[in-house]
Amino acid sequence: MRDESIKKVLMIGSGPIVIGQAAEFDYAGTQACRSLKEEGVEVCLVNSNPATIMTDKEIADQVYIEPLTREFLEEIIEKEKPDGVLATIGGQAGLNLGMELSESGFLEKHGVRLIGTTALTIKKAEDRLEFKKTMEKIGEPTAPSLVVENLDDGAAFARSIGYPVVLRPAYTLGGSGGGIANNEAELKEILSNGLRLSRVGQVLIERSIAGWKEIEYEVMRDSNGNCITVCNMENVDPVGIHTGDSIVVAPSQTLSDKEYQMLRSAALNIIEELEITGGCNVQFALNPDSFEYCVIEVNPRVSRSSALASKATGYPIAKVAAKIALGYTLDEIPNAITGKTYASFEPTIDYCVVKVPRLPFDKFLTAKRTLSTQMQATGEVMSICSSFEGALMKAIRSLEQHVDSLLAYDFSSLRDDQLSKQLLTVDDRRLFCIAEALRREMSTDYIAKSTKWDKWFIDKIKILTEMEAALKSKPLTRELLSEAKRLEFPDHVIAALSGESELNIRSLRKKYGIQPGFKMVDTCAAEFAAQTPYFYSIYDGEDESQDFSKELEAEKGSRKKILILGSGPIRIGQGIEFDFCSVHAAWGFSKLGYETIIVNNNPETVSTDFDIADKLYFEPLTAEDVEAIVLKEKPDGAVVQFGGQTAIKLTEALMQMGVRILGTSAEDVDRAEDRELFDKVLAETGISRPAGRTVYTAEEAIKAANDLGYPVLVRPSYVLGGQGMRIAFHDDEIREFIGIINRIAQDHPILVDKYMMGKEVEVDAVSDGKDVLIPGIMEHVERAGIHSGDSMSIYPGFTISEKAKSTITDYTKRLAKALHVVGLINIQFIAMGDDIYCIEVNPRSSRTVPYISKVTGIPIVDLAVKVICGETIEGLGFAPGLQKEADYFAIKMPVFSFEKVYGAEISLGPEMKSTGECLGIAKGYDEALYKAFVGAGIRLPKYKQMIITVKDSDKSEIIDIGRRFEALGYKIFATRSTAKVLNENGVHARKVNKISQESPTVMDLILGHRIDLVIDTPTQGFNKRRDGFLIRRTAIETGVNVITALDTATALLTAMEKMDSLGKPEVVDIAKVKSRYHE
Amino acid sequence: MRSFLILEDGTIFSGKSGDREIEGITAEVVFNTSMTGYTEVLTDPSYAGQAVCMTYPLIGNYGVSSEDMQSGRIWPSFFIVRELSRTMSNFRAEYRIRDFLNKYEVPWIEGIDTRKLVKILREKGTMNGILTTDPDFNLDYLLPEIQSFDMGDVVKRVSTKEKYQVFNEESDAKENFKIALLDVGTKYNIADSLAERGARVTVFPSDTKAEDILGMKPDGIMISNGPGDPKTCEGVIEELKILSRSGIPIFAICLGHQLMALAHGMDTHKMKYGHRGANHPVKNMETGKVYISSQNHGYVVDFKDSDREIAEPLFINVNDGTIEGLKYKNEPIFTVQFHPEACAGPKDTGFLFDRFLKLVGGTAR
Repeated sequence: MRDESIKKVLMIGSGPIVIGQAAEFDYAGTQACRSLKEEGVEVCLVNSNPATIMTDKEIADQVYIEPLTREFLEEIIEKEKPDGVLATIGGQAGLNLGMELSESGFLEKHGVRLIGTTALTIKKAEDRLEFKKTMEKIGEPTAPSLVVENLDDGAAFARSIGYPVVLRPAYTLGGSGGGIANNEAELKEILSNGLRLSRVGQVLIERSIAGWKEIEYEVMRDSNGNCITVCNMENVDPVGIHTGDSIVVAPSQTLSDKEYQMLRSAALNIIEELEITGGCNVQFALNPDSFEYCVIEVNPRVSRSSALASKATGYPIAKVAAKIALGYTLDEIPNAITGKTYASFEPTIDYCVVKVPRLPFDKFLTAKRTLSTQMQATGEVMSICSSFEGALMKAIRSLEQHVDSLLAYDFSSLRDDQLSKQLLTVDDRRLFCIAEALRREMSTDYIAKSTKWDKWFIDKIKILTEMEAALKSKPLTRELLSEAKRLEFPDHVIAALSGESELNIRSLRKKYGIQPGFKMVDTCAAEFAAQTPYFYSIYDGEDESQDFSKELEAEKGSRKKILILGSGPIRIGQGIEFDFCSVHAAWGFSKLGYETIIVNNNPETVSTDFDIADKLYFEPLTAEDVEAIVLKEKPDGAVVQFGGQTAIKLTEALMQMGVRILGTSAEDVDRAEDRELFDKVLAETGISRPAGRTVYTAEEAIKAANDLGYPVLVRPSYVLGGQGMRIAFHDDEIREFIGIINRIAQDHPILVDKYMMGKEVEVDAVSDGKDVLIPGIMEHVERAGIHSGDSMSIYPGFTISEKAKSTITDYTKRLAKALHVVGLINIQFIAMGDDIYCIEVNPRSSRTVPYISKVTGIPIVDLAVKVICGETIEGLGFAPGLQKEADYFAIKMPVFSFEKVYGAEISLGPEMKSTGECLGIAKGYDEALYKAFVGAGIRLPKYKQMIITVKDSDKSEIIDIGRRFEALGYKIFATRSTAKVLNENGVHARKVNKISQESPTVMDLILGHRIDLVIDTPTQGFNKRRDGFLIRRTAIETGVNVITALDTATALLTAMEKMDSLGKPEVVDIAKVKSRYHE
Repeated sequence: MRSFLILEDGTIFSGKSGDREIEGITAEVVFNTSMTGYTEVLTDPSYAGQAVCMTYPLIGNYGVSSEDMQSGRIWPSFFIVRELSRTMSNFRAEYRIRDFLNKYEVPWIEGIDTRKLVKILREKGTMNGILTTDPDFNLDYLLPEIQSFDMGDVVKRVSTKEKYQVFNEESDAKENFKIALLDVGTKYNIADSLAERGARVTVFPSDTKAEDILGMKPDGIMISNGPGDPKTCEGVIEELKILSRSGIPIFAICLGHQLMALAHGMDTHKMKYGHRGANHPVKNMETGKVYISSQNHGYVVDFKDSDREIAEPLFINVNDGTIEGLKYKNEPIFTVQFHPEACAGPKDTGFLFDRFLKLVGGTAR
């Protein structure tokens, strides 16, 4: 029964997107907010991440984009006086915060309670010792483990439980210093290092269950003790690889009913004992050779896995969890999909779901690629098909990694013995390595033994390599082609293997009538009639989407159809912002009376919730896959400007299919992105840009660089987030960069530009083809040369002169007009005094769209949709041009996940590296700056000790920075030449030795765990200076803040200097920031 | 070999079967939504006279282990799947599924759009179908034959011919009640669930007279699950009337539950397409608690208000409100429509065996 005393709820979001905590919590949070509001509950939301949909004022009643710390939460609670706090929707960040508030007694004192799962339960599930005790009490096995503080205890314990053992140092980020020891010698080595790296000198030693099957159950429980499992999932990768980095299949494939029910019963026992009220994830390790199992962990909250389970089954876990938090029981909550069943029903599915992680190794070329217990994936894709093979093939081509078959990573040059060895390497390419081993007829048993992948999965991969061989050697009969399509081989792969042209394959398919049908996801394997607009394609079954379309039309009348292409997996450079844009576009078109159709493949997002658009197609975003949808749906138009590069890339293909592209035309997009065409646009409009050339080879690039004069910026055209972009100082660097660029498939030319060190400025604007609407100008803190996504960004730009602002406004107008932009445009400028240079134009939505929309109160995606549909800016009630500045400063702060990716280079440059962002919003600049740093987790001072080591060109600027830190009471350590400069200029700096020199070195200093901050500006270029690299990595891995740009250091100083005079920061409800747009 | 599944409404599915020719086997076509447990489903005697379609598309992945069998053989007349695994992978696997099916000479059809089949059955109701490898079949001749198919006295066919004992030496239960189990198509796990809790179970053939059962002086009586239309089991119903009056605690499952209702003057009817799967929520009317249950039934007890004098609903189905269990008023009898013995499916309601044994007189376990 609904608890009527809960009238207002504070919901805690998960903060900036970092590895391990991504868009899934925006999905869960948005769903939970809507679920609560459905019940008439007033929802107050706090999340520091401005790119989320949950922080829209349409989603919650009060919206605080404030740092997720106890202080800020307390202030919000005092101001808003909610009845309850829901902390189980915002990931680990939200949960920890909820616990802090509860344990400090603050909640009780203010008459607020945690709703949903209680604090006691959370503690029982989260605290290692309590959890172990609870499991022992109910007889559920866990792997034996012990926390040790010295070598002898460690060795003794390892002897008692037997090798191999896993070591995990306490309080190190990214699992650094951990590992698996197979004998006492290895143990001593890893343990001594781990003890040193751990801030508290503790290491957990645990019996190794690496190699067992990893199985997860998503379970729900209500306050009446009713329990169900929503879904179980089997990790294809064994225990030892984080589930976030594993290929996962739902439901489990290799478990018999006995094993399935054994673990299901265990999961239910556990949540019953923990008295979970809401959703919960239970992870098991299952011995593949017996019924023996261990509970790995329990997450008493929604999670990445629960998002996956929701999308895999159609069961809305977050929505139901929110209802349970209000007191409803499972049998009182109807299943929205069937309308006939209740939430107490266990979903059953009649298809196979495969999730594949999106790993960031294309961004971090120095990283190790090895997968382990530390998650490194930034996102994931999911696919649905009637077979495992088909689902796997669909998933890999959804990754946006130039992978469309198992031939994508080439291991054919390895000798057999090398390949055998490679099979033991646990990295992101293992699937492809297995395929190569199968092509060479290595036995499935041998491969299964080497990889610890179940033989069943290996055999499935074998079915795919057998098909490759058949396509190569056999005539392309109707049967063979239809089987290849059932296995989801793309046409162009079939073409390449069979030696036919892709066009031929298409006409053969047409001739034989081999076309996909779309089946519905309905939670119940068709047992009950459902009306879910959620489809996936298969080649071995009848289409269900047409019937649905007819019914929809009968119900809602004939409407124009709009196809909205989503943005695929979350990766560095293309984050949650584009999902924000896609979802708002769907809502916008829907309001204008369109039937909306979303295509996307990311299970973590709001856009793939089945009630966002009129129809959802959960499919890869390739031309062939989209064409199948186009053939069925015959949309009146498509929009590509909201889905980032993923959608933009499909423009040409869509036009060939005869689909009208709404908004800016494809030719004009091309004019903005093709260097030579763009140069013409600039010439026409009389706008300058840094001098540059378009080249195709390294030699041409070197010539161009010498003509322009070093330093130059080198990058491939048509890229995301500055991928492959570098600043080069001499010829050798150019050669090296071009080599790297060419490692990534490149059909496009390479751009070489003069590098200009000015102030970087950015605008997002809406253009109706005649006028532009600029909600605001954003100014970057870091100088040009650092990717805009990695720069701190300030709205309104306040060091930019009025003259420069009017030039920017004018240029924006001219460019939008010249490019015939209809919809969104993003332009980046460099300001050198009053002179403005244009460096980049993107005639589409950008990363800053949600941020600028929220802080200015101008919903630019909505407006863009309206102008795309023919309205004008003036008609929408806006005076064209730059809008009046808001009353607030809003600072967007990039957030990184460096500690999680082993060996990643952390210094900032033209290639984007951040995974997310947070916002600092306040009346004053200093306060906004302070909030931005706090939101990003930088809370200083602590020990007031720092290390400075800067490159020669930064030496003059470091003096003032050093002086200011000294004035704040900082004790400064510096490497030789930096120390010299500082001391010569009256800043006291203690010289520290390099790593290779005698102790104490800079490394010892960092491992002393008393350093607040490292300022390290590395020499630009691609030389691997191991010293600097090691310092930065060690600092990051032990939780020390590292700054690699002086502008960032200056901003941090400003925040720290003003902190004391600021007093208590004021929290801002952005739902009350005046909307500048009234419909 | 190419094969065809033809439904009585004339729908034809074309798929693949094993190497042997199939002349034409007719059965009542039903579907099961369990994602695991095909071995248990295939060996469940309740499927006698039927052909089972699994809604989960990938069947046979973990092979077959004989310890999962719920009877001595496969009962469905044929098996319908989207994909029959060519391999097997599990530490207990003894047979590949196709070898297991061949061993019992039970044919299958694979490679059909099982979801389409399920939607037809859902919309038009359970119907008969024929499986044949003859590509020259004549619908005019076949359809009347399919429509007139009758599964006959299936209970007699599936029931044990001789009585036998089940006792679990390893059980550490304090008391060892004597339980008579009337086998109208029992799954092994009913007797095993009782034996696990210390009971000495004697399993009787379905045509056993009540007096023979009472003759062994059982502490409790259990009526099993089974196949077919309960109303055709007139003989068993008469014996149940006698057993009910004996005052001995009775627990009945599935067909047993329906037969007990008929023995008490209630009615049953055939459902449109039944409940077969491992995910049905049932609500305990005494506590309000909901359990997920394993189900396999095509008939259901009609419970009228006037029946409240005889029995009270003990469980109802949360989805469609049908009767899932009854507690009789004047006799120590309770019955359930679902399968507390699971296999396949969740074990959430296994406590009902404890409840039964408690009723029998001891404190179980």
